[in-house]
Amino acid sequence: MDRRVVITGMGWVTPLGHDIEQVWSGLLEGRSGVAPTKNFDASTFPTSFSAEVKSYRVADVIGDAARRHEGASRNTRFALGAAAKAWAHAGLDNFVGLDPTRVGVYLGGGEGPLDFAPFAAAAVRGCVDDEGKTQPLDTVRWAEEALRLLNATNEREQDPNLAAGHLAVYFNAQGPNCNTLTACAASTQALGEAMHMIRYGDADMMISGGTHSMIHPLGVTGFNRLTALSTRNDSLQTASRPFDRTRDGFVIGEGAGILILEELDLARSRGAHILAEVVGYGSTADAFRITDIHEDGRGAIAAMKVALGSAGLTTADIDYISAHGTSTEENDKIETLAIRKLFGDRAAQVPISSVKSMLGHLIAAAGAVELITCVLAIRDGMVPPTINYTEPDPNCDLDYVPNQARKVEVRAALSNSFGFGGQNDTIIIRGFES
Amino acid sequence: MSIRRRVVVTGLGVGTPIGIGIEPFWDALTTGVCGIKRIEAFDPAGFPAQIGGELPPFKLGDFIPKTYRKSAKVMSRDIEIAVACAYHAVRDAGLNTKCIVDRGEGDGSPNVDSTRFGANIGAGLICADLSELAGALATAKGDDGVFDIRKWGAEGMQNLTPLWLLKFLPNMLACHVTIVHDCQAPSNTVTCGEASSHLAIGEAFRTIARGAADVCICGGAESKINPMALARPQLLGRLDTDSNDRPELACRPFSRNSRGTVVAEGGGLVILEALEHAKARGARIYAEMAGFGAGSNAHHWAEPDPSGKPAAIALRNAVADASLNPGDLDLAVPFGVGITPYDHAEIKGWESCFGDHLHRIPAMTTRPATGYNGAGCGAIDFAAMVLSLHRSTVPPTRNTNELHPDCRFSFAPNDPRDARIRNAATLGYALAGGQAAALIIKRYEE
Repeated sequence: MDRRVVITGMGWVTPLGHDIEQVWSGLLEGRSGVAPTKNFDASTFPTSFSAEVKSYRVADVIGDAARRHEGASRNTRFALGAAAKAWAHAGLDNFVGLDPTRVGVYLGGGEGPLDFAPFAAAAVRGCVDDEGKTQPLDTVRWAEEALRLLNATNEREQDPNLAAGHLAVYFNAQGPNCNTLTACAASTQALGEAMHMIRYGDADMMISGGTHSMIHPLGVTGFNRLTALSTRNDSLQTASRPFDRTRDGFVIGEGAGILILEELDLARSRGAHILAEVVGYGSTADAFRITDIHEDGRGAIAAMKVALGSAGLTTADIDYISAHGTSTEENDKIETLAIRKLFGDRAAQVPISSVKSMLGHLIAAAGAVELITCVLAIRDGMVPPTINYTEPDPNCDLDYVPNQARKVEVRAALSNSFGFGGQNDTIIIRGFES
Repeated sequence: MSIRRRVVVTGLGVGTPIGIGIEPFWDALTTGVCGIKRIEAFDPAGFPAQIGGELPPFKLGDFIPKTYRKSAKVMSRDIEIAVACAYHAVRDAGLNTKCIVDRGEGDGSPNVDSTRFGANIGAGLICADLSELAGALATAKGDDGVFDIRKWGAEGMQNLTPLWLLKFLPNMLACHVTIVHDCQAPSNTVTCGEASSHLAIGEAFRTIARGAADVCICGGAESKINPMALARPQLLGRLDTDSNDRPELACRPFSRNSRGTVVAEGGGLVILEALEHAKARGARIYAEMAGFGAGSNAHHWAEPDPSGKPAAIALRNAVADASLNPGDLDLAVPFGVGITPYDHAEIKGWESCFGDHLHRIPAMTTRPATGYNGAGCGAIDFAAMVLSLHRSTVPPTRNTNELHPDCRFSFAPNDPRDARIRNAATLGYALAGGQAAALIIKRYEE
């Protein structure tokens, strides 16, 4: 018998706020966290709006300890706040008796953000000669400028594994520490792998989830060039409209979601309140094309199937699906097809929602934030809506919980995350039963 | 406890400054060749450290099917290296993957089920092609000669190719490799700096052991031969800036006169396989995977823990996982980055796990020969360790003639040593981030 893995704490930093209950109420009310972009001047970008984290200071959560982490990236600051809340939620703040070598960290932490202003300045100067004419890059000139303008700490803190490193220090977590960056699937992947680390015995407790901000000039540039973002600048709060016929791309968000996973016996022995059990995880690759999802949903179906198999469940046991549901033409169509193929007749009976309609797409952090909503759906018997759903798409013909939250008894929930490059991850949780 | 299947190493593919593919690599390593030279990919004259390890020339077309050549246009250097390593690894393992069949090589018949074939590839913070990006950014220069973000948003960004972002997402190494070789089973991209390869190989080992895949291609690759990738460690004071005129003597791990490390490009991908799968297809078995362990630096996220604790935890976990005693180890393969505080912490870590036994056994590291290539380092060390065990030969480690008195490793600076190795361990750790991971292999016996 595998060791069982349960969730005992959760915390997040999201475009709708930083408190579990307050954000959850907002989601059930169908509120949107989308607004004009303020992280940088995006006024002339094809997309000038996003779902930013507003009025967040890590010191508000961790107090004076924030000083020790000065210079940390936006990703790391999000992660520290979300993790500190999760840790407290799990009743660990005053608990002594954990073996620190048995506590690990597994994040889906994003890269960057790039220290854009000095980077752009060095790039321009590296391309301009003494007469002020633009030339191909002169690396000698660039090096002189870059070494003068760039800041060592800011460069170091961009590494995607840094948030996980900061968490290890803050929580004295000396056990296994890892970061995955499988694009938009990363934090679901992190949670699944963290579950396996506990099952196998590599650790007894894992601080897991994800953190990411790509709301910076080159992040938005990259997605705009891919034409992946909605450009509905005149109606930005309705721009994220998963499964709606008029969807035109995703809305970029930022934030963090962190969960405390622990081995059941440990949770019991310390009298922890158990929120849910992590029962299944599946990871697959499309192995198809770098830009397109496999048209039959091959990888998505396989990920869900593997997750169900590892949970010892069937599609009949799944009461709620938290969709990847990005609001891109392709994802929503193929995710629907995959669910339809795998769930058969039952597909239309399972409520499916995408909270990306409200929070935007938190990229690497999306899956963890969405898994937290699954835990809350199990707890409250309520599933959040997919907002901005107005026109049915013949290719998306399932029950997306349009616009209104719904009372549903959820015993088991399945959460999908699919990444650019054909990465598919599915995780399944269940209400805890001894 | 879950089921635990036996996992073996059946293929090795490396792309390093001293050779691409294991035979050139092994010949160079055992004869003490050094891959560090003045950087040629761009003019490094503006940098204090102007040397690095660059791969010998290769043609990407040799490693992919003809039909995939169009996609090669959106590969960063890191991806190209991973694709080269992947080809060498599957060929070395005798796996007729989709790529091999499409290229009309092997015996033409597929011998691996794609739905049971996984990938776990370590990657770094991939640097944009600086000429391309800087050139585009320069088009948004305002009349005052300063970058104007409004001009960039309105027009400048159009100078980047639409798929620009896809060259630099870390998971694109795994994306291309999984497409080229059709690996549809569990897939992951570990981004933990210099610990990436160890963590990726360890995770792949677990994945096969629990039955979620039968074969995994795993390891890591990264290029630090890029102006941005050279600027970062320079700013952080990690580089040897005194060896521009004698590059082959740069990077002197664990030495009295260590001055820092040296950037490089490279990596390795290896094939791990469930024992019964390897036997069923008559594969050559290099070694058996015995243990994996990981730990983290809780002292500081960006400075070594002087006590070496993270390394010690990773090594002890791996030793316990392998059900070994510290005295059973016959070969130590440390990271040996050549930056004194890190090297000292690494010594402490190994010493606290293996004690006096450490100086009785041979040690080797590839760092002085191949340089510091981020996420790729660990896979190169792992491949060297596997070959050492399989060929009963420990390659020399260059630039270890003047070891620090505290160094407990027994390196041979010049000549290979014969050694019958039963168990060997390698350690990798991230310079920033604090992740540490260890892998132990053992001689394969029925």
